[in-house]
Amino acid sequence: MKNFLHSGALPATGSDVAEQWNHLYDFLVGMSFFFLLIVVGAMLLFIWKYRNAKESDVVPIKDHHALELFWTLVPTALVMGLFVWGYVVYRDMIVAPTDAVEIRVIGKQWLWNFQYPNGEILTNKLIVPANKPVKLIMTSEDVLHSFFIPAMRVKKDVVPGMYSSIWFKARESGRYQVFCAEYCGAAHSGMLASMYAVDQDNWERFLSGRKLTVVLDEVKESQAASNGTGGRPTLVEQGQMLTKTKGCIACHSEDGSSRIGPSYKGVFESEVELTDGSKVIADENYIRESIEFPLKKVVKGFAPTMPSFKGLIKEEEMNAILAYIKSLK
Amino acid sequence: MSSAATVPGENYLNCEKGLWSWLSTLDHKRIGVMYLFTVLFTFLLGGIFALLVRIELMSPGRTIVDADTYNKMFTYHGVIMVFMVVIPMIPAALGNFILPMQLGAKDVAFPRLNLLSYYIFVLGALIAASTLFLGGLDTGWTFYTPYSSQSSTAVTYALLGAFVMGFSSILTGLNFIVTIHKLRAPGQTWMHLPLFVWALYATSIIQVLATPVVAITLFLVVLERTMGIGIFDPKLGGDPVLFQHFFWFYSHPAVYIMALPAMGVISEVIPVYSRKPIFGYRAMAIAIFGIALVAFLVWGHHMFVSGQSEVANFVFSLLTMFVAVPTGVKVFSWVATLYKGSIRLTATLLWAVGFIFIFTIGGMTGMFLATLATDIHLTDTYFVVAHFHYVMVGGTLFGFMAGLHHWFPKMFGRMYCERSARISWLLVFLGFNVTFFPQFILGAQGMPRRYYDYLPEFTTLNRISTYGSWLIGLGFLWCAVYLFRALRSGPKAPDNPWQALTLEWESSSPPTFHNFDHNPRVTHGPYDYGLIRKEV
Repeated sequence: MKNFLHSGALPATGSDVAEQWNHLYDFLVGMSFFFLLIVVGAMLLFIWKYRNAKESDVVPIKDHHALELFWTLVPTALVMGLFVWGYVVYRDMIVAPTDAVEIRVIGKQWLWNFQYPNGEILTNKLIVPANKPVKLIMTSEDVLHSFFIPAMRVKKDVVPGMYSSIWFKARESGRYQVFCAEYCGAAHSGMLASMYAVDQDNWERFLSGRKLTVVLDEVKESQAASNGTGGRPTLVEQGQMLTKTKGCIACHSEDGSSRIGPSYKGVFESEVELTDGSKVIADENYIRESIEFPLKKVVKGFAPTMPSFKGLIKEEEMNAILAYIKSLK
Repeated sequence: MSSAATVPGENYLNCEKGLWSWLSTLDHKRIGVMYLFTVLFTFLLGGIFALLVRIELMSPGRTIVDADTYNKMFTYHGVIMVFMVVIPMIPAALGNFILPMQLGAKDVAFPRLNLLSYYIFVLGALIAASTLFLGGLDTGWTFYTPYSSQSSTAVTYALLGAFVMGFSSILTGLNFIVTIHKLRAPGQTWMHLPLFVWALYATSIIQVLATPVVAITLFLVVLERTMGIGIFDPKLGGDPVLFQHFFWFYSHPAVYIMALPAMGVISEVIPVYSRKPIFGYRAMAIAIFGIALVAFLVWGHHMFVSGQSEVANFVFSLLTMFVAVPTGVKVFSWVATLYKGSIRLTATLLWAVGFIFIFTIGGMTGMFLATLATDIHLTDTYFVVAHFHYVMVGGTLFGFMAGLHHWFPKMFGRMYCERSARISWLLVFLGFNVTFFPQFILGAQGMPRRYYDYLPEFTTLNRISTYGSWLIGLGFLWCAVYLFRALRSGPKAPDNPWQALTLEWESSSPPTFHNFDHNPRVTHGPYDYGLIRKEV
């Protein structure tokens, strides 16, 4: 384990603001250990030195005004300095440059949608340009969420009925983890997203809808390497990957265990009972309908909480997802 | 009622017999003992939930329960520990017993009201506990809207339970304030008050002023759920951030409802076992009120990422910094009290030393969260979880344990096994740090709180944390064993086993029904060790 007392053990330093944040954090760690050492050191020293001392040797000191003034004023000055430092870094965190690329974020139980100026909507996958300021304008469709990118040291609650925003400038292209940090119910810990910072060329490709020259998903990469199909995953593998990137697996397992929703395993062409007592065969049409209009036919024993994915899944993607579910006998 | 306490061997425990004599008692000591056993029971319950939460987090993914059950477990752990353990633990249990005695009084000012507070507390707790059989509760102890407005679990009953318990807190606070003003012994000036009394006084003021706000807030959520009035839910035209303002307006001062009484206990314990006056009595009393005052002005520091205005963030960060100053004064003064004393390293003092160590870490990590920039990354992560456990468990629980060991001989007339008590302390102290220190690192590395599942890289630290929780459990189990043995067959306690100077030790152990067989007079300060010679 790296030295955890230092910002070196923290998530990657993804931006200049994160670098400033690290300095402040390191100072605070140092200051904490300094005071802890003084307090605990003095305490242990006195206990060791005066343990079971004769009661007649006790010096009944009641107070010492100079000392008390000292340990009132010095911490006051210190915390005021700390406040100013904290505020200066914070100001850089919240004031976005005017030329920032704006991307809209919609949080809902339990996935993230990213809406781009060119009309593209991505789920749980955020593509941003590296080395350019990016501003996220965020709102929620249901309850509170919080958008947290540890490497950028930014976080903001995503609140229904209002817009909040964060900004950052990723120094390097690469993948960055995104968490939901405000408790939002059953699949809160599954509400994850991947942020990919890409270079200028790929950013322009993305905006104009052309194929990127970088592989974004490490899942795709590793699978392609293992099955030897020359870089192209099979339909089932594409489907499996999509259930991850679209956030399906937050609620639907592939191993038969029950999460928020029914498991995929064995569901295809099986008979399922609905909340109204009627029964349907879970064929392609039923599954497709349940993805696009989830509240129409809810399976018995599950709460009607799934959001609609209508318009968020392309026909090719739908085929891949169905092929994947079909493969899970 | 018992006649005068002249019968030899008669005390508050044996002067009346039978269950009804307990349930209908107006004696502050018996009410204190009833609170004590109630709180120990709820502590056991909250502790079991904590152990289950930690077992689930041993590995990523499912370990023992599904996500819904996990969410309910951490919610119950939080609700039970905050509303039914840490808030009433010291004021209602130890305070009820000790406060009137430290004033040389026969009882609190309003004994009937005191019994009423107890029953209101039990009623509220039962209402809240009924949710266990009505579909559970999955909102987290903070009840944030609009999740709590929409959750299909039994949120309404849980809120009503907390609402009812609030009245118990208000009435106890009122009772203590009047008691401290009106029932002090002759000669006991304000500057002769023990610091435990000062701490309970400040706590009571917070309870009386802040609790109504949270009670009304929780009730508004109940109305929103049952009648659909739109206060907090944006779907009904409400504002979810408003809930957070109201909630923290109480719940931040509530942190000091939890911490101040513990600080009071530590201020009692350290002079007794150092045989020295408390260092800077006047500054200590002022610091208590400094903390209580600032407590009301800093609620917004829970909301730096909530979407409240940047001006509010600026002001709340600035004001929060001032909490550090009086808190620092208290820590430094406790340490200075040890200097050139005659230190008796009993189990009680060990709990106090543990308190100072853990509370200092809790306080220093509070600085990370008060500082605007650092808070943004650390808030809502395990760093915050570790921080408030260092403050509440390390602070309040260690303070309570110090108080329990200090006053146990007075309360029950029996001595416990000192060696066993030290072993229990060691287990809990080590276990606590093993459990919660790794959580600071987890949080700094970005692991959000309230996560059922986590990324594989967080596994090692989570596992260490779970092992630590078993040590804590073992320590408290051991503690229950030796305290129970002491109750049954411990050697009889002398009236003043620690040679303490405060008034409660002038009574017999356990005290008689009216506490004192004479009217105590105060002629010296509560901590004048080494300054007067007193026959004990």
